[in-house]
Amino acid sequence: MKKSENTTDTTATNASRRDFLAKAAVVGTVTIAPGVLLHQAARAATAEVEVEVVEVIELDAEPDKNTSRSTRPLDQEVSDKNRWGMLIDTNKCARGCTSCVDACNEANGLEGKTGPQDTQYIRKVTLKSKSTGHETSLPLMCQHCESAPCVDVCPTGASFIRADGIALVDRHICIGCRYCMMACPYKARSFVHEDIKNQKLSAPRGKGTVEACNLCVTRVDHGGLPACVEACTAENHNAMIFGDLKDPNSPISIELRKYGGKQLRSDLALNTGVRYQGLNE
Amino acid sequence: MPFPTVHEPKDESKKCIQPEDEMRRNHMKYILHERDETMHEGIRGEPEGLSNCIDCHVEPGDNGEIAGIESKEHFCNACHQYAAVQIDCFQCHADRPQKYIKRDEHSSSLHQQLQQTLAASETSAKGVNQ
Repeated sequence: MKKSENTTDTTATNASRRDFLAKAAVVGTVTIAPGVLLHQAARAATAEVEVEVVEVIELDAEPDKNTSRSTRPLDQEVSDKNRWGMLIDTNKCARGCTSCVDACNEANGLEGKTGPQDTQYIRKVTLKSKSTGHETSLPLMCQHCESAPCVDVCPTGASFIRADGIALVDRHICIGCRYCMMACPYKARSFVHEDIKNQKLSAPRGKGTVEACNLCVTRVDHGGLPACVEACTAENHNAMIFGDLKDPNSPISIELRKYGGKQLRSDLALNTGVRYQGLNE
Repeated sequence: MPFPTVHEPKDESKKCIQPEDEMRRNHMKYILHERDETMHEGIRGEPEGLSNCIDCHVEPGDNGEIAGIESKEHFCNACHQYAAVQIDCFQCHADRPQKYIKRDEHSSSLHQQLQQTLAASETSAKGVNQ
């Protein structure tokens, strides 16, 4: 019964209670015994039928898990009391949906081109298990590692991890050598090859420097969410949770404690700030 | 080269964070300090930021258009061109307040050139085929 209610929950929100229950019963029947009762179910779906209410299970709306935000006053410097991270449930990430990518492009003033030389802060990737052939769709961006290879190789100190765990490129001192792009195991960084005009005020970017996802640092500092997380939630997929990994009571920490999360390429021991759930072989 | 005429903010009630002669001599120090604090320590909203300069000093001209950084009508470029001091700020940063940034103009000049070259080579290739 619970399963059937789940199935109809999204479609029947505006229908009357009676219609809703009738549909719920019909879907329930089909799910339980396909083939046998399909004929009756089809008839029931078109005709007005009286249904006896056996039990009503009220489903709670999913609680907002993106409540962990920066509360730091903007005139104080960032500290290592916080570590901002992200948890992505790949089971909820819809194949073919690119709303996180689109939101990122819009927020950062990117052109949204996907060629090998074009800038992509976040992209949708399909992973295929070699052993089972199982495919997983997920958004991939800078993983905001604690021991980041990009920082290790940067000759000028332009690549750095901010005290609160966000990996950034200080493009004032980036010389565009692209060592970090080669070092990053996630191919998260891009190089700007051409002159750029009409940048967003909050997202300066220019030719000759390397850039990558900055976890929407300006939005985060102002107590907001990264654009991708906001878009995923608005799309009602809720596959992305943003929050403070160092706060044991933040929804992201609770979720990780309850269900765990994997790091991509965990063999490299980078301690990434972006974690994934549902990565099955 | 004529002495530059610098655009004064239309709203005369606005006051700069420092006296004019101080800003004229040391504006780059204020901006540089703010730059590193913002980038590495996340301190934002301080009045010394570049975007605050731009917010007051870059306004539409009499024709209603914003003069871009290439133009000597632009507040920064007016003096910098006169003094022959190149500024790199606007290779990355917006040269105008956010409300005047038109997103549809967002395409690099090189990209446009490339498109034109491609289009030209396509037409010439067609010519060869015919």
